[in-house]
Amino acid sequence: MSLYVRRRIVNAVGLALSMLATAFGLFWLGWLLWTLVAQGLPWIDPSVFSQPTPPPGDAGGLANAIVGSLLLTGSGIVIGTPIGILAGTYLSEFGRKTRLAAVVRFVNDILLSAPSIVIGVFVYELIVLRTGHFSGWAGGMALALIVIPIVVRTTEDMLCLVPVSLREAAAALGAPRWRVIFAVVYRASRAGILTGVLLAVARISGETAPLLFTALNNQFWSLDMGGALANLPVVIFQFAMSPYEDWQHLAWAGALLITVGILILNIIARVLGRARQ
Amino acid sequence: MEQVASIPATVAERTLQRRLRRGYLADRLFAYTTRLFAGVVLALVLAISVALLAGAWPAIRKFGFGFLTSAEWNPVTDTYGAVVPMVGTLVTSAIAMIIAVPVSFGIAVFITELAPRWLRRPIGTAVELLAAIPSIIYGMWGLFVFAPLFAEYLQPWVIEHIGRLPLIGALFSGPPLGIGVFTAGIILAIMVIPFVTAVMRDVFDLVPAVLKESAYGLGATTWEVLRYVVLPYTKVGVAGGIMLGLGRALGETMAVTFVIGNAHQFNSSLFMPGNTISSTLANEFTEATGELYTAALIELGLVLFFITFLVLALAKLLLLRLTAREGERT
Repeated sequence: MSLYVRRRIVNAVGLALSMLATAFGLFWLGWLLWTLVAQGLPWIDPSVFSQPTPPPGDAGGLANAIVGSLLLTGSGIVIGTPIGILAGTYLSEFGRKTRLAAVVRFVNDILLSAPSIVIGVFVYELIVLRTGHFSGWAGGMALALIVIPIVVRTTEDMLCLVPVSLREAAAALGAPRWRVIFAVVYRASRAGILTGVLLAVARISGETAPLLFTALNNQFWSLDMGGALANLPVVIFQFAMSPYEDWQHLAWAGALLITVGILILNIIARVLGRARQ
Repeated sequence: MEQVASIPATVAERTLQRRLRRGYLADRLFAYTTRLFAGVVLALVLAISVALLAGAWPAIRKFGFGFLTSAEWNPVTDTYGAVVPMVGTLVTSAIAMIIAVPVSFGIAVFITELAPRWLRRPIGTAVELLAAIPSIIYGMWGLFVFAPLFAEYLQPWVIEHIGRLPLIGALFSGPPLGIGVFTAGIILAIMVIPFVTAVMRDVFDLVPAVLKESAYGLGATTWEVLRYVVLPYTKVGVAGGIMLGLGRALGETMAVTFVIGNAHQFNSSLFMPGNTISSTLANEFTEATGELYTAALIELGLVLFFITFLVLALAKLLLLRLTAREGERT
């Protein structure tokens, strides 16, 4: 076999393997989504949205878990976003190449990659042990700790994309720095920052591990952030692991709801991000 | 200048000065506020480390370094060692990376070099969506869909044929349970693929077109360009991406908890149930009674935090080196 033929064959095999790998990756995505639709869709009916989680054997829905998830995600975002945006603003506008900024960037990456269950343990020690009971606030805190590094990262990246000449133009008109940032830099990077926040929402709305030790779960209808709060991920976990079939059906319905919600958020974030470019 | 200064300030000038001063004050205030919140990020990570250390202290004092070398985990006699979950974490992550790295490489190559332009974005997005699906969904799917099929069709064949081989046979022996360490590794691989792929794709895009074009100009095949131009140029970044994926696999909780079987024991076979640090925490933390039991679990969390920190630091270092080199060349 000539060298030329061998090279051609190696090339063809390599490229075929690469296509195979892509097919392999997309295959799992397809299979997962198909399973979710097939297992979850038959159980989605109005009672899922209108009734609280039932005891095994009874009819019921996921209403309390859905509302609890919204509360937890909302509080996580409300606590985490301002902290993240301000810290990100420091990194991009004030810190830049200072040593403090470099340290904060590194530490932020540590937070970003910290296992979420470790964050759950931390909040458990910090809040649940102190107050003596599981609470929605503790869950919101844990989620906020996941939101912060994501928002810091995207805010810094997005602010850095704003051309310096825009800032200079505003400063030349006599605007103080804070006005430059609020009226020019934030405005120019609004869509980008929003994208980051949406991605953070998508990320935390499916988080289960940090909620196991913080918000835990609640079988009953509750809006009290001071007590244990039902939420979709933990309900899915408990119901899926249970031996009762009707609970497992509800778990699949919840899994479908959560995944569809997250995929929609991701697609919106992507469209927003692309509109900017 | 002196003349200008000697002219008494008009009302308009005075308001201007006042506004300037106020703007200056507001500037300072805003700068300090942002710096304060940057400090909050710093303080949070410090607080996490301190709180974990404090929570784990009773176990650290009792077991010392023995905690990291003992395989005993017995809540009844209150003796705890981290070896079983630590090995479980490392083994599942290793299986995940062995599967995920070649696949991610293939996908990244396909997206950057082979796919027609119109197909690149959809495939890239689809792979990224794989990353957005919550881990609990992977867990459910793994337990209810993948594991039964795996146990029925693939596992018996593997046990029959590979399980009989000397040396590696022991790794693939035992009953076809479906769940177990190996299944956890596969699910982790699927979860990690999008992360590694994303980094690889980004670093492949960093290769200057001139380099690739000159290789093609010399008559190289696409595969040779990848092998001898793209890969050497990006190897540090590729390694960084692998490390980021590894960090992800090490800390993953829910998916693993569903499919690993949660058995606190050593087993030479990968088809048997096991556990990882994170799955042990998820299963036992809320049920732990007694100070020492809880402390031992928190120390497990501390170990996990430390391992992911090391992996992240290595990844950052590698990726930094790539971008530094990129800076030198341009």
